[in-house]
Amino acid sequence: MNNEKLAMLTEKAKLVRRGIIESTHSAGCGHPGGSLSVADILTYLYFAEMKIDPKNPGMKDRDRFILSKGHAAPALYSVLANRGYFPVEDLKTLRKNGSYLQGHPDMKGIPGVDMTTGSLGLGISAACGIALAGKLSDTPYRVYCAVGDGESEEGQVWEAAMFAAHYKLDNLTVFLDFNGLQIDGKVTDVIDPTPLDKKFLAFNWNVITIDGHDFAAIESAVEAAKSTKGKPTAIIAHTVKGKGVSFMENQVAWHGKAPNDEQYAVAMSEL
Amino acid sequence: MADKKATREAYGEALVEFGAKYDNLVVLDADLAEATKTCKFKAAYPDRFFDCGIAEGNMMAVAAGLAASGMIPFASSFAMFAAGRAFEQIRNCIGYPHLNVKIGATHAGITVGEDGATHQCNEDIALMRTIPGMTIINPADAVEARAAVKAAIEMKGPVYLRFGRYAVPVINGEDYEFEVGRGVELCDGSDVSIVASGLTVSMALEAAELLKADGISARVINMHTIKPIDENLLVKAAKETGAVVTAEEHSIIGGLGSAVAEVLSEKMPVPMRRVGVNDKYGKSGQVPDLLREYGLTPEHIAEVAKELVASKK
Repeated sequence: MNNEKLAMLTEKAKLVRRGIIESTHSAGCGHPGGSLSVADILTYLYFAEMKIDPKNPGMKDRDRFILSKGHAAPALYSVLANRGYFPVEDLKTLRKNGSYLQGHPDMKGIPGVDMTTGSLGLGISAACGIALAGKLSDTPYRVYCAVGDGESEEGQVWEAAMFAAHYKLDNLTVFLDFNGLQIDGKVTDVIDPTPLDKKFLAFNWNVITIDGHDFAAIESAVEAAKSTKGKPTAIIAHTVKGKGVSFMENQVAWHGKAPNDEQYAVAMSEL
Repeated sequence: MADKKATREAYGEALVEFGAKYDNLVVLDADLAEATKTCKFKAAYPDRFFDCGIAEGNMMAVAAGLAASGMIPFASSFAMFAAGRAFEQIRNCIGYPHLNVKIGATHAGITVGEDGATHQCNEDIALMRTIPGMTIINPADAVEARAAVKAAIEMKGPVYLRFGRYAVPVINGEDYEFEVGRGVELCDGSDVSIVASGLTVSMALEAAELLKADGISARVINMHTIKPIDENLLVKAAKETGAVVTAEEHSIIGGLGSAVAEVLSEKMPVPMRRVGVNDKYGKSGQVPDLLREYGLTPEHIAEVAKELVASKK
């Protein structure tokens, strides 16, 4: 990855993170931890990879993104706003009565949201359906999906994994946001879903393991996924929950809590 | 009596028929294609048939993704596993975003027979009715089943189609005109209205004949669409006959009887009785025996109607 692209992505990721803090602070609730962990992946996809047009969100041959870990909506909304789908100022209306920015992604009301998600385990299945439709209609779009590590405790994730491999959905790439924490604690303490790489391998997927905050690594993994034929790709992205805000990093308490005014000021100064 | 045919047979045939016209019609099943009769579509259009294996939750969400990308997916399983197992996927992935998914649920009710209670779903209509924007159609015979599939394809949005395993009399002619949300008055009457759907419709017609012998004039309504329900037809029937009996192969809690009671209690309260599965599970047995035991017979419907008419006086 050249320096120019890296600098652009680093700058955009900062804006995306600021939007996450801005929106959850304004809402007084929401999920900053898992939004910050997946922020670099989303930034890379929306600013460097996906074939999309913010002025034409319904473009038929656009690449699709499904946030299966729908509680990271602040990250998705922030990246969409910063990419031009809707005004960045609107992020402050997150979760407020009357706002289109629902607590979890709503495809009917939010420009750029490709699938309604929030109930864990469902988004990856819907992503399979979208990928299958691409194959059926001979439309060469690619489908990206972000699944949480805690989310992988849902049995449906593995039903979808079976389906995607069986139907050879090589247009589907799943990022597994492996930040290691879920509401009740460490994923390995709550109910251990590991080893995730071996599970996806056993389900006949192409598996790549990366640092989910390293743009060059994300780029090479996405490129490898694109050139993989006959099977879907799972990118196991090791990430830091709360990444970018010192006091939130690796703290389970920041899974579903908004920063107060003081914390907001500190967080924004760090970003 | 007329020819008999299971509505699931007509469902499978209709998928093949309309698969020819709509190349974006795709069919999903969860390892029950031989039973749901989607196997007919699979044989005709193997490239548009996707077995999801025994994973109904995944199947419903896959269908949502297909619909979000311009396909018209029919997702099939037994009613128990479609509406029951996959309720939350239907609610969140299909209902909430109002996606164009058609759910073809077969083997509804106690006429599953020998498989018994785990497979006899008497709760599916109740579950589906709570989902905003869901259309629910329970065809009475093979002709109506075909018409319902056609109508479901022609409309946008989620539809729950309820089909049976058991062969039921074909009561509609080939010229039958079907409209979603519009019930059909099959015979006029002035003493009582019998509102039925699915396999109880032909029973209701027989019940009306039995009542006639007792000097009771019964109106019979085929309420094929349970949601949105035909309120005008119900209010008119209640007003003109002054008593209403519902008959359904479903729990009397949450199904057709409840839907009718909800409308009439607010708009035209009249004495009412609900015939259906009375807050019980099903059980193994031969279908005619089960129908008798659970009170789903023309005789029982007539008896309930007769008592109701007597209580009016």
